[in-house]
Amino acid sequence: MSLKKVLMMSMTGFGLTVASFASAEEITIATVNNNDMIVMQELAPRWEKLTGNTINWVVLEENVLRQRTTQDIATNGGSFDIMFIGAYEAPIWGKNGWLTSLNDFGDDADYDLEDIFQLVRNGLSADGNLYAVPLYSETSFTFYRTDLFEKAGIAAPTEQPTYTEFMEMAAKLHDPENGIYGTCQRGKAGWGENMAFVGTLANAFGARWFDENWQPQLGSAEWNNAITYYVELMTKYGPPGATANGHNENRALFKDGKCATWIDATSAANDIRNPANSKVADVTDFFQAPKQETDKGTGWFWSWALAIPASSTKADTAKDFLKWATSKEYFQMVGETKGWVAVPSGTRASIHEDPRLLEAAPFAETIKNAIFSVDPADPTRDPVPYTGVQFVAIPEFQGIGNYVGQQVSAALAGQQTVEQALANSQQFAVREMTKAGYIK
Amino acid sequence: MARSVSTRSKVLNTAVAGTLGFLMVFPILWILILSLKTEEDAIRAPLEVLFNSGWTFDSYGAVQARSDYFKHFFNSVIISVGSTFLGLMIAIPAAWAMAFVPGKRTKDVLMWMLSTKMLPPVGVLVPIYLIFRDTGLLDSRLGLTLVLMLINMPIIIWMLYTYFREIPGEILEAARMDGASLRSEILYVLTPMAVPGIASTVLLNIILAWNEAFWTLNLTAAKAAPLTAFIASYSSPEGLFYAKLSAASIMAIAPILILGWFSQKQLVRGLTFGAVK
Repeated sequence: MSLKKVLMMSMTGFGLTVASFASAEEITIATVNNNDMIVMQELAPRWEKLTGNTINWVVLEENVLRQRTTQDIATNGGSFDIMFIGAYEAPIWGKNGWLTSLNDFGDDADYDLEDIFQLVRNGLSADGNLYAVPLYSETSFTFYRTDLFEKAGIAAPTEQPTYTEFMEMAAKLHDPENGIYGTCQRGKAGWGENMAFVGTLANAFGARWFDENWQPQLGSAEWNNAITYYVELMTKYGPPGATANGHNENRALFKDGKCATWIDATSAANDIRNPANSKVADVTDFFQAPKQETDKGTGWFWSWALAIPASSTKADTAKDFLKWATSKEYFQMVGETKGWVAVPSGTRASIHEDPRLLEAAPFAETIKNAIFSVDPADPTRDPVPYTGVQFVAIPEFQGIGNYVGQQVSAALAGQQTVEQALANSQQFAVREMTKAGYIK
Repeated sequence: MARSVSTRSKVLNTAVAGTLGFLMVFPILWILILSLKTEEDAIRAPLEVLFNSGWTFDSYGAVQARSDYFKHFFNSVIISVGSTFLGLMIAIPAAWAMAFVPGKRTKDVLMWMLSTKMLPPVGVLVPIYLIFRDTGLLDSRLGLTLVLMLINMPIIIWMLYTYFREIPGEILEAARMDGASLRSEILYVLTPMAVPGIASTVLLNIILAWNEAFWTLNLTAAKAAPLTAFIASYSSPEGLFYAKLSAASIMAIAPILILGWFSQKQLVRGLTFGAVK
């Protein structure tokens, strides 16, 4: 081959390479720091290599991220091309016109949008438009210690137990002298902390946040019964200083063998059942979160998902990444590189049917069934004007939820009575809802 | 004549000072200990953490592998040093004017400047965010340098004003009589005499700018994020990252701790400038 030909071919090759990367873009993703997102960050260079695009990761603590992304999206700041948001934000922000619609994902046969559970898609949609695609979804269920149940002579429930039965179990299991607490539940104030559990507990007791006319119902007998039960359960059978315990603290206590029961996120199951991380991996099993007056809304629903702000100028590249990061192939890639137990759960039917997942994480089926037992559109015994199980999908809920969380936490700490806490909460909620125009 | 101090008082004073010093340094010491543990050990009871678990540098390795420490470090250096020196360029002439040619309203101006520190920063977040958006300063080191310079300006001016007031005006007058221009007077007469004060002002402001977390988190994304954002990326309400968070914190505060350690003599001398005169 002549030198001229070699040169020509080299230049053509170089030209093609340049052309393919000429449209290469840099996108910025705002996300939280959790295991699933760490895995995504580790695998993302494969997408970068494939497309020539690059990613800037902005990793923030959940509350800081929520505040930072809200501020940017509400002011049309355009700092981010992709945001990691929850099931609370997606419909509200979508309705406000702050997010790019992802309806066109349905036209891509390879992506197979229908494979994502309908329930999860509904939770991330508003007015029939899809605004985010999920990485993982979760509900809550009961983690329990099989060895302690056996020792105390308690049969593991095969049907959904009641909260009355649950307290009886906690009483039998409670052994603080040997460092075992009957139950560990969230006590740290915040709408995403104690109110996640308390919200589902209230649902079980037949309570609701608002009636059909958006009148707050926090002064109702149902709320009183629920919070009285919560304070009694935690005071008698919970660990000391429970008002400081959120998800992380309880997860640490459970993994360290200090809790006999714990009602919390299904997404923690992988970690608890991983012998490398947990002392109780082999003696932990799960049953549904208890019911009481009703079985509606007894397990929460949450989904972490990826969305594109309307202010992004690189929406096409962002969509390309979203498709890659929530595709069937991505979940399989996680299974093959990080182990099937690390695959994010609760999003794609095909992944939940994969025998490799069922073998590595036999509890995946329990998680799927638990997620399917939740209906955010019908979360309470009595009719309500809102959607959301442990939250109410309106912008005002963050403030109200945080306030009620503080009141409940103060009642748990013994700083005020349950009645006072609920009276304060009701007064605050009425004021906020009137200010926001829901109550005329 | 030196005041005689009994041995008993000496021991008592040393014990009290030692205890206070230990209490102050304890949080940093505990973070250092946690950073040398595995995630599983870091969440155990304090006594178990201390006596019943191994030591490892894994968290430092993991943090370095996941985040670009040096990019954040470089941003912190530029923003803190830049904002301090930019502030000095404005504050030295301002403090000179207030100290040596005070007007009727000088005290009011000083109080007004101080009053800007009383406003919660979140109160002006949205307007500043919008200005930054429209001027393209979001996520830029220049924007952050300007904001931190403005935020720390009252402190710089107040400190320099206090130091300059200690310098006899007659010395400056003598320089003027020798034919020194205003520029020469400030640069070659005033500034050399106030070096300890200026040095401590510089150090204190670098420390304040280095540790500033509200504006640095709110006005940056990926490009200009300093070490405060680096720490924030390891905090999580779901999942255990205590050891990595501790390692990230130690890596973020180490440079400023070292700077403070080496310059503590200068810092103390500057801060007590007026008292020992």
